[in-house]
Amino acid sequence: MSNKTRKITLQAYLFLAPALLLLLVFSFWPVGFGSFLAFTRYNLIDAPQWVGWDNFRDLFGDELFISALKNSALYLLVVPVIQIFAMLLAVLVNNEMPGIKLFRAAYYLPVVTSVSVIGIIWNFMYTEDGVLNAVLRWLHMVNDPVGWLTDDHITLFAVMFITVWRGIGWYMVLYLAGLQAVPADVYEAAQLDGANRWQRFWRITVPLLSPTILLCSIMSVLAAVKAFEEVQIMTKGGPMQSTYTALFYAYEFGIKSLNFGRALAASLVMSVFCILLAWLNFRYLQPRKN
Amino acid sequence: MTTTAIPNAGRAAPLRWQRLANRALHYLVLIAIGLITVYPFWWTLVTALSTDGDVFTFPPAMLPTAPGFGNFHEALTSIDILAFYRNSIAITVFSVIGTLLVSALAAYPLARMRFPGSKLVFGAILATMILPSEVNFLVNFITVSKLHLTDSYSGVVLPTLAGAVGIFLMKQAFEAVPQDLIDAARVDGANEWQIFWKIMLPLTRPALAALTILTTVSAWNQYIWPSIVMSSPDKFPLSVGVLYLAGAFTFKTRVVAAGAVLTVLPILIVFLFTQRYFLRGFDGAVK
Repeated sequence: MSNKTRKITLQAYLFLAPALLLLLVFSFWPVGFGSFLAFTRYNLIDAPQWVGWDNFRDLFGDELFISALKNSALYLLVVPVIQIFAMLLAVLVNNEMPGIKLFRAAYYLPVVTSVSVIGIIWNFMYTEDGVLNAVLRWLHMVNDPVGWLTDDHITLFAVMFITVWRGIGWYMVLYLAGLQAVPADVYEAAQLDGANRWQRFWRITVPLLSPTILLCSIMSVLAAVKAFEEVQIMTKGGPMQSTYTALFYAYEFGIKSLNFGRALAASLVMSVFCILLAWLNFRYLQPRKN
Repeated sequence: MTTTAIPNAGRAAPLRWQRLANRALHYLVLIAIGLITVYPFWWTLVTALSTDGDVFTFPPAMLPTAPGFGNFHEALTSIDILAFYRNSIAITVFSVIGTLLVSALAAYPLARMRFPGSKLVFGAILATMILPSEVNFLVNFITVSKLHLTDSYSGVVLPTLAGAVGIFLMKQAFEAVPQDLIDAARVDGANEWQIFWKIMLPLTRPALAALTILTTVSAWNQYIWPSIVMSSPDKFPLSVGVLYLAGAFTFKTRVVAAGAVLTVLPILIVFLFTQRYFLRGFDGAVK
């Protein structure tokens, strides 16, 4: 290496040093050390003690974890709902008409709100005498108030709805960016050829949006598997542990009980799950080259 | 759309009517969806401003009854919300400055210098986007406790500073700076640091602004991580403190609503003034 290249290399790494150090400590180390701890017993105070596959055996012998996995899998139902509605919303707000920016802002509002405030607001909406029940009773759709956050058959869906509500605006914006990259003359040509609105949507919009669809789908699948904040704030896993999700399980065992071995084994199972789902997305949603 | 023209009728008139009806329908749908996203906020605001009457009624009050700031006063005095504000502001300011610095510093060599390992470094940074990062918080909690950073601003802020999105956004901005400017500066004897500080940063102000806004919103709103790191209530940021308020005043719905309003208000103002940065979809940053 010449003196000059050596100098440039040194300078480059000096610039990179803070970022690389932080990433090493807070992004790469957790993956490595976390994977190691999953095979140990560790409580933050004593040294980690190697226990092999014990944590995983305990994990899959624990009914709570199995039901948490099921809930996390069920949570994936939010993905198609979010994707379809976000795409439709993007199409709706992609028209240049008076006041459209106001609507875009309105739909994005939940995205910039802290999840803790969203939890508070929806607690109000979901109470027995709250607005939601009042409307349903007024429409004569129910006689008794629905226990949105107290009925263990419903609560998971009530929490999932919050995920949809707070996420949709974000994906709408991504789809909007994708839509605005579609040249207008493609639509004009199709219109001249007599394609109706529905055909234009399916034959032009959807195929041209496929890279965005892939991105959004992966993002929302991973977010759904890792659903946690809503649960932590709204229900703490209840009622009757009906809203335990896998990441909430990891949180309870790790941060709450300082049983890091078990918690990280659960995270590792989830990470494998996430990678698998991301791979499936790539496999089946990757835009085909013609 | 069917264009079956009615015999003997003028073609223009039904088309115009149709277009108007279409547009009206379009607005109707937009408003209906807007109600679903905005109404819960509106209800909270109305509840916080009302000082009289039942909280839960049907039809719900669309305007505050006996409007006043009593609930805000109670929220502000019963719990030290001003301390929560101070904590949130400190965390947000440190996050923004740190993120801008770390991202810009890392992006500069990646964008403008040729050095061995640059591809590997960039690949590693991008890989952090794919790594299932949400599970990091368990080990990060261990790391932060071992570094004795629990219950401190640094413990909250440090893990969030280096991120692929920020570095990527700055890298793209730096790549757009014309090479001539840099060459001219080199001829004038500027070193890399001067080029970075005096040419690159001033020229990429829009990207820095976008990153500032992005970081402000996420730092102000983060909840889980600060609630794990902070243990003494007087160090809670607003997003954590507001739930503390909700826990302490479960039955004082109006006071809790006032606390919620106080928490979202700053970020709402930021959002309203900088909307275009959000709603353009961060075209470059995301792709």
